[in-house]
Amino acid sequence: MITITDVHKIFNKGKANQVNAVNGISLEIKNGEFLVIVGSNGSGKTTMLNLIAGSVLPDKGTISIDNADVTKLPDYKRGQWIARVFQNPLSGTAPDLSILDNFRLASLRTKTKGLSVGVNDVFKKQVQEKVASLGMGLQDKIDQPMGTLSGGQRQALTLLMSVMDSCKVLLLDEPTAALDPRSADVVMRTADTLIRDFNLTAVFITHNLKDAFNYGTRIIQMGEGGIINDLSGTERASLKQNDLFDWFA
Amino acid sequence: MDFYLTALLQGLCFSAIALGIYISMKIFNIPDITTDGSYTLGGVVTAVLLTNHQPTYVILPAVILAGATAGAVTGIIHTKLKINALLAGILVMTALYSVNLSILGRSNLPLINLPSLFTLLNIVSDPNQNTFWILAVFVVVIAFMIGYLLKTDFGIAMRATGNSESMIRSLGVNTDRMKITGLALANALTALSGYLVAQFQGFADISMGIGIVIVGLGSVIIAETLINWLKLTSVWLSLVLVLTGAVIFQLVLAFTLSVGVDPKLLKIVTAGFVLVIVSLPRLSLLKSS
Repeated sequence: MITITDVHKIFNKGKANQVNAVNGISLEIKNGEFLVIVGSNGSGKTTMLNLIAGSVLPDKGTISIDNADVTKLPDYKRGQWIARVFQNPLSGTAPDLSILDNFRLASLRTKTKGLSVGVNDVFKKQVQEKVASLGMGLQDKIDQPMGTLSGGQRQALTLLMSVMDSCKVLLLDEPTAALDPRSADVVMRTADTLIRDFNLTAVFITHNLKDAFNYGTRIIQMGEGGIINDLSGTERASLKQNDLFDWFA
Repeated sequence: MDFYLTALLQGLCFSAIALGIYISMKIFNIPDITTDGSYTLGGVVTAVLLTNHQPTYVILPAVILAGATAGAVTGIIHTKLKINALLAGILVMTALYSVNLSILGRSNLPLINLPSLFTLLNIVSDPNQNTFWILAVFVVVIAFMIGYLLKTDFGIAMRATGNSESMIRSLGVNTDRMKITGLALANALTALSGYLVAQFQGFADISMGIGIVIVGLGSVIIAETLINWLKLTSVWLSLVLVLTGAVIFQLVLAFTLSVGVDPKLLKIVTAGFVLVIVSLPRLSLLKSS
């Protein structure tokens, strides 16, 4: 699904504060794989995710999604495959727009936003049903501005928005880092369900080793811009939570 | 009473500029001051085409196109060259002064005794009232078009661009192109105000745009204060309040003049008035906390 070949990314090249964020990583993410990336701060996880999303373009190497070379494609053109949930709940939604309008945009991720009014009663009903499935009681509030909701509610809605339009890859950049434990749990379980139900290929970055252990079909540890550990299949299945803690010892 | 009617008419003329500033400042969150230049551009293009006896259906598109081009240039400088929006606006505004002077050929062009938008139709015999009805229809049509645009899928994407750029990019929108379009639209509206005012006052002047951005800003800030105060979220009501803001602004200025304030002090009164409106919500907040 996603093929990354010998990708390098250096920030502030040649200056005193040069950072070799990603150092020649090659990685093949299979269709339907739920990849968890762990690693200490500055290990290159977020850069890696941004490279896949296209908000950062590589200095060297190639990236392809679904057999299409996307190395030089900007982020907004990768929307045809990729949906994102950001670390900051504010980044994934527009706070001054109503929940309904946010969902309208999400439903057009791979399409042109044209000059016709798309928010009608049929669409509204459709959104209400989807939102009701979260069990947060938000279906009666879809005309409210997104900004009136809590961070947890917004992250859960962002997840739901990602499957409003055809989606193949879901990128999760520490989606629960800013949330309280209970909201974090709801968001993670929603993500897991959606990934299964829609057979999404997912990349999930986290500092929470419990989540890293509980979710995903493959786990990678990054360090200094490279891959240190990479476990999938039976190796991943036999991984114990304590082994994971040992990685960071 | 005639005095206030004139102020009302002026307010209607300026409501297009208010809508333009509303789009650039509130929708896109970009402080755009190309306004001073594109407003004069609208007036100048109108004056030159009118004296060349061009019909309205030629003048109107020409004015819109001229304003949109000015806005698009600011947008391109801002997004493609990554130059601060304020500076990009100042650059284009400065350059437009020469452009306007070249188009006009001199510093002032009177339009007395020429047919205009306001003599196109004779709805009522009183010329001021006739002007009022034509202006009212014109402004309502523009506001309706903008309101409809903001309701469309494209309009929602526009609103999201100024609100959460990371989100709208991940949803497949080229935000650079969106901002260029938005600034073009905003300045096309501003030029429309120039078009209306030049015909209303009967001349175009190279300095008619100096400080005009404050008129738009003042109107939008009055509207915003009312929107926050009434806790409105509706796009339509917001637009109505922007138009109301433009009229209130002119009425307040007319009132200042009518109580005998020296016209020389008009700009300082304008600036002071805007300052008061901007600070009112904060002052009342200080008291309650």
